[in-house]
Amino acid sequence: MSNDVVVIAEARDGSLKRPSLEVVSAAIDLAAKAGGEVVAVILGSGIDAAKTELQASGAHRVVAVESEALAKYSGDGYATAAVEALKDISASSILMAHTAMGKDLAPRIAARLGVGLISDATALHFEDNKFGATKPVYAGKAYTKSVANKSPFMATVRPNNFEARSGGSADIAQVTPSLDASAIKAIVTEVIAGARDSVPLQEASVVVSGGRGLKEAEHFNLIEDLAAAFGPGVAAVGASRAVVDAGWRPHREQVGQTGKVVSPPLYIACGISGAIQHLAGMRTSKCIVAINKDPEAPIFKVADFGIVGDVFDVLPVLTEAVKAAVAS
Amino acid sequence: MNIVVCIKRVAASNSTIKVAADGASLDDSGVEFEINPYDEFAVEQALQTKEAVGAGEVTVVSLGCSDSVKELRDCLARGADKAVLLKHDGQADAYANSEMLASWLKDQNADLILMGKQSIDDDNGQVPQRVATLLDISCVTDVKKVEIQDGTVTAERDIEGGREIVSCKLPAILSTQKGLNEPRYANLKGIMKAKKKPFEEIDASVVESALTTVSLSLPPARGDGRIVGEGPEAVDALIDALKDEAKVL
Ligand SMILES: Cc1cc2nc3c(=O)[nH]c(=O)nc-3n(C[C@H](O)[C@H](O)[C@H](O)COP(=O)(O)OP(=O)(O)OC[C@H]3O[C@@H](n4cnc5c(N)ncnc54)[C@H](O)[C@@H]3O)c2cc1C
Ligand SMILES: Nc1ncnc2c1ncn2[C@@H]1O[C@H](COP(=O)(O)O)[C@@H](O)[C@H]1O
Repeated sequence: MSNDVVVIAEARDGSLKRPSLEVVSAAIDLAAKAGGEVVAVILGSGIDAAKTELQASGAHRVVAVESEALAKYSGDGYATAAVEALKDISASSILMAHTAMGKDLAPRIAARLGVGLISDATALHFEDNKFGATKPVYAGKAYTKSVANKSPFMATVRPNNFEARSGGSADIAQVTPSLDASAIKAIVTEVIAGARDSVPLQEASVVVSGGRGLKEAEHFNLIEDLAAAFGPGVAAVGASRAVVDAGWRPHREQVGQTGKVVSPPLYIACGISGAIQHLAGMRTSKCIVAINKDPEAPIFKVADFGIVGDVFDVLPVLTEAVKAAVAS
Repeated sequence: MNIVVCIKRVAASNSTIKVAADGASLDDSGVEFEINPYDEFAVEQALQTKEAVGAGEVTVVSLGCSDSVKELRDCLARGADKAVLLKHDGQADAYANSEMLASWLKDQNADLILMGKQSIDDDNGQVPQRVATLLDISCVTDVKKVEIQDGTVTAERDIEGGREIVSCKLPAILSTQKGLNEPRYANLKGIMKAKKKPFEEIDASVVESALTTVSLSLPPARGDGRIVGEGPEAVDALIDALKDEAKVL
């Protein structure tokens, strides 16, 4: 009997979400240590594009669980269909991306299976015949490494932490779940797209964040301009809690302990002091840039590169310089 | 309406984290504890819902050590009617927490169960979905807006790049996200009243964790950063550093 590493992948509007590819990649590394194949399971309806992407993701097999009842995400509906599909796979581990869907769905599956779940894993382990993972705790101020005492092992994997790869042409097994739409308890009645067709904060390669140093809501155009300078689909705008509380920016842009946790390749903090609760949301970014007029601001303690200066002077110049660098 | 709010006592968000001698747990000397910040939105939602309906009872429950009495009393002072401490010492993962909470909750006949979206110590975000699954009731997570009418919940939650409107029937579990409401604080009158409110302590029926923590460690310090310069003149040096050293441009 094989012991496969299962990835429950995620489709949005029919196509695959990028963090799912990263999880497949992490699964390939885990299977290389623990044995077994990587099986990517995708749920939904009208997900041909996502299936094709998964076939070339490096996964060994793809299982497509398709039904009209899965057209829209529902926590209990997806959990029921996923658990049913898992019955036919002997899974040593089950992985998902730590996205809005993964966060909501994985605990429901774990509860049905009666197993543990490591949320927001930044590393996966297989040592002494035990599966485990490392994850941030206390808002990234520390990390725990834990091992699973029950099987299968489950984890949600932090986006932007594993390099997606491509390759292979996996076979697809088609599964029709017995789920009846009328059995779904909590129904998504409407999905409202965000204000702009912007890059999701947690998937952006660059996050440009502004704080109280911007002085007024209107001045956030400086932040938006710098984000736009990286080109379409690259950068997202973030904010400190101070400016969210002041009503300058929506809460979905808040970075930190009570906002989002991001770890992009590049994080630029503008007019942000660097309170411990803000650092919690961004300190694992690969490269941190801080612009602040106070050379003693705590943000400089975590920044790789800092400019001591006034955001109103520095940002326009930086925006032009980034445009030029991106163009060349 | 019978409302239950689950609250957890956690290390305060501004705590400095130190690793205990066992290498796997928090050294809590000098650490302040408080109600999990997300649970404050849950408590407030419970109070507002009861006020809107004009009838019902709000019970706050916490699974944890005896010190959690303090956080529970604070909730009573804010306006909750009744508190229950499910006594349990030591570590428990989300699996064990959920099993223990669910085994108490299943007999409570709650119409609405409110929890925070995530505890800020373990950073899990699992217990609401797990408990709902165990009780076989509806669950909506990360709720930022909610309306409850004639036994139907309409809730709004953020997803990547947008929002979802979710509808379900009571009984249900909602996990609360920042932005849902402005939590009230206890006033003196509330604190006095709280002393007379029912407070029950029960030993939790212990469930072992499904995970074992092997180590707790601090992240490597990000020490070797530098100031590249002052004012707009420093931009060129920054661009060079981003290109040549960080290789992110
Ligand atoms: C339970 C709890 C949870 C929290 N969660 C979060 C969270 O998730 N995210 C978060 O961000 N905070 C959070 N906070 C709040 C946090 O403690 C800080 O209050 C907040 O991060 C400060 O925001 P700020 O840096 O924008 O403002 P400030 O601390 O006021 O800093 C403004 C900075 O801008 C600089 N500045 C001013 N003018 C200029 C200028 N012209 N040019 C350049 N620099 C300038 C100043 O030197 C200063 O460093 C939380 C707090 C608590 C208690
Ligand atoms: N020990 C506990 N006692 C009471 N409620 C809890 C406990 N653990 C978790 N919760 C609730 O579940 C929510 C999410 O917790 P978690 O899944 O641990 O991140 C918290 O905000 C609480 O409302």
